[in-house]
Amino acid sequence: MSDSTATAVHRETHNPALLHHFAEPQQQRDAASLGMWVFLATEVMFFGGLFCAYLVYRLWYFGDFGAASKTLSLRLGATNTAVLICSSLTVVFAVWAAQTGRRAMLIANLVLTLILGLVFLGIKGIEYHDKFVENHVPGASFSFENVPIPGHPDQQATPRHAQIFFALYFIMTGLHALHMIVGIGIFVWLLVMAWKGRFTPEYNTPVEIGGLYWHFVDIIWIYLFPLLYLIDRHP
Amino acid sequence: MSAHSTSSSLRTYIVIWLALLAGTGLTVYAAGVDLGHFNAAVALTIATIKATLVALFFMHIRGASEKLTKMVVISAIFFLILLLGLTMTDYATRAKVWG
Amino acid sequence: MATPSGPQGERENYLNKHYGVWSWLLTTDHKRIALLYLGSITFFFFIGGFFALLIRLELLTPAGDLVQADTYNKLFTMHGMVMVFFFLIPSIPAVLGNFLVPMMVGARDLAFPRINLLSWYLYIIGGLMMLHCMLTGGVDTGWTFYAPFSTAFTNTKIVEAGLAIFVAGFSSILTGLNFVVTIHRMRAPGMTWSRLPLFIWAHYATSIIQLLGTPVIAITIVLVAAERALHLGIFDPKLGGDPLLFQHLFWFYSHPAVYIMILPSMGVVTEIIACFSRKRIFGYSFVALSSIAIAVFGFLVWAHHMFVAGISVYAALVFSMLSYAVAVPSAVKVFNWTATMYKGSIRYDAPMLYAFGFLGLFTIGGLTGLFLAALGINVHVTDTYFVVAHFHYIMVGGAVMGYLGGMHFWWPKISGKLYPEGWARLAALVVFVGFNLTFFPQFLLGYMGMPRRYYDYSHMPEFQVLNVLSTAGATILGVGYLLPMIYFLWSMRYGKPAPDNPWNAAGLEWKTASPPTTFNFEEEPVVTWEAYNYAELDAPHT
Repeated sequence: MSDSTATAVHRETHNPALLHHFAEPQQQRDAASLGMWVFLATEVMFFGGLFCAYLVYRLWYFGDFGAASKTLSLRLGATNTAVLICSSLTVVFAVWAAQTGRRAMLIANLVLTLILGLVFLGIKGIEYHDKFVENHVPGASFSFENVPIPGHPDQQATPRHAQIFFALYFIMTGLHALHMIVGIGIFVWLLVMAWKGRFTPEYNTPVEIGGLYWHFVDIIWIYLFPLLYLIDRHP
Repeated sequence: MSAHSTSSSLRTYIVIWLALLAGTGLTVYAAGVDLGHFNAAVALTIATIKATLVALFFMHIRGASEKLTKMVVISAIFFLILLLGLTMTDYATRAKVWG
Repeated sequence: MATPSGPQGERENYLNKHYGVWSWLLTTDHKRIALLYLGSITFFFFIGGFFALLIRLELLTPAGDLVQADTYNKLFTMHGMVMVFFFLIPSIPAVLGNFLVPMMVGARDLAFPRINLLSWYLYIIGGLMMLHCMLTGGVDTGWTFYAPFSTAFTNTKIVEAGLAIFVAGFSSILTGLNFVVTIHRMRAPGMTWSRLPLFIWAHYATSIIQLLGTPVIAITIVLVAAERALHLGIFDPKLGGDPLLFQHLFWFYSHPAVYIMILPSMGVVTEIIACFSRKRIFGYSFVALSSIAIAVFGFLVWAHHMFVAGISVYAALVFSMLSYAVAVPSAVKVFNWTATMYKGSIRYDAPMLYAFGFLGLFTIGGLTGLFLAALGINVHVTDTYFVVAHFHYIMVGGAVMGYLGGMHFWWPKISGKLYPEGWARLAALVVFVGFNLTFFPQFLLGYMGMPRRYYDYSHMPEFQVLNVLSTAGATILGVGYLLPMIYFLWSMRYGKPAPDNPWNAAGLEWKTASPPTTFNFEEEPVVTWEAYNYAELDAPHT
């Protein structure tokens, strides 16, 4: 026969965190990390379809989009951007704390991240409420009369074009908010595990990959903010 | 096997955080200035710089020893650009029909 | 080898290690999950096939006299949706891929076994939703559910069908994710990229498409659901929307989806041809890279489904040229397979018969794709049976033949039993004859102008002869598909026990027992040989 005899490779002695189908912890870590990155790539394409729709209609109905965008609260949007940026900082602090075995710091930063995430959702709720009250929610009660196009005070925005803006606004920020909620769920779970002392400098992969997810959600908002809020804000 | 990616020091994180906040302020300010068609380009450029900072430093791509992570990120961006770009070959070359 | 025995004194393997329904429903063993998929996709194949039967029965006569027009619309819609999303896309990756990928790279399981199980449950949930949708009225938009008909006009159950596809799509994404991470991170020592079987390269390329394409149709479904619920206007021209935007987003996934369907089949055919020619694949790196090229190029051509929809002539030019480019890597593979067989020692076992069938039928299907890529011809034959024949040659003549060939090739490994070779060769012949009789007339029909999706062609009664031939062929094809189902089941009880490597084939999976133990390998293999080492395997022993 050919020289194809399999030779034995000794397995690492039993480590409770090591799953049975992996040969060693580093392989398990690398697999988890690659898995999360690949998943984030799919999320890029998921949001990407919405960015494509947005791109088309912004080019087609630039004036109407500008008028609609101006009715969003710049203060709240910018605040939310800052909130998420701060939460990304608390996330990297949490990861660092996990890697260096600082349980108290890890827990504190996970809690801070959760608080900031909830603040973000709270502000979003206020914004949605405002839109509802102004009848800017697409559907039967949508109304967008007599709104001038920025830069062209003699022209009025076409309501059905503005409705497309708001449709995309709600779907894009809604999908983003949904991802935030999932992120909060993940971080609650991380907090529980951290409280139980499950994370050590040798084993902290869940914190790391949970952090990757959170940063990704932050990056999506970094693009949503200028695209939705800053279309035409100059006098 | 890849080495575990090293975390930047805490001070680096704070610097990046401040840069991100500054970028946010800058983009809000720039939106109030009439740059004509360049407003969009400026806003997206700032956003891309911010996103890159988050990816490189907060998501540890910069320290990643493995080229694979970078490949995954580049592939995702590449295919997104394909979606947007090739769709635009249609929209950029025909008149707006509906309205 | 002192492996423990099962209850009847047989050697312990993944099938007899644990008994009971829950040991199957809660398994994380990739081999059991593959069998769970095998049962489920076969079920949906029957459903899709049933709708095909009704379609072909209706088309026996020019008049629309079997079903009503609306019903016919639902028939071809459900046939398409079920076959595409619940049979073809999962088929080879979820069954053969799940079973073989870990073994071929020398691993004990996939990287994420529990996600693998989740993937199957998502498929089942999506499938049940689709079943419910069909039983409560179904959808009549065509499997392509174009807007604004699907968003603003039809009263059928678009949202439910869309959600079913969304959930099944998530299943597909997770399978792709598992394969990519497994292939990168779980290869045994010595298993370098250039020693991987080309089946692995094909599944890697397929996974790239699943990962990057499926999310786009997922978001499209979300937009369609939102539009239906709230009358948004994203795709509705009356409200300022563009119906073509739907088509761009839909086809951005659905064109690469056809490469999800064909690439794994090409991987299977590569393994079969190498084994039954007793030769190393000719041009290994060309075949490997062509798989990646097909995956990438496949994302560049989607608007060739929209040439007559209203895209600009310049976009049409671009996409037409790119569509010619995508044919090149496929042609490279066909050349390499042919060159592999040249001066090989050919054996005509059933798997090889399916591979031969694949070669011819895929080539015809692929070449007719080039006809369609030409704008001038496309205008003439779009939305006719020419297109229907083209894609059935690739998906049925190509993908399904590859799937059947692979099922035969690896059946001894999967079940530990040998299938009856005589019946298998007969079935392969019946499938080949039935297939050609069904679909070749459709090229002629389409070229002569018979539109697709019409239940009544009484204004063109001269088309009846070819339609009758096509229906006759479909019946024969159906018999050809039933035969393997019968004798595979028969072999599980009465078949001869299979040796570990009945074909003396190359590849790590053949070094495991037939059927394998739960963890595949007793000791982690260390690979020191190149792929397709048939010269060594066939060298005379001293």
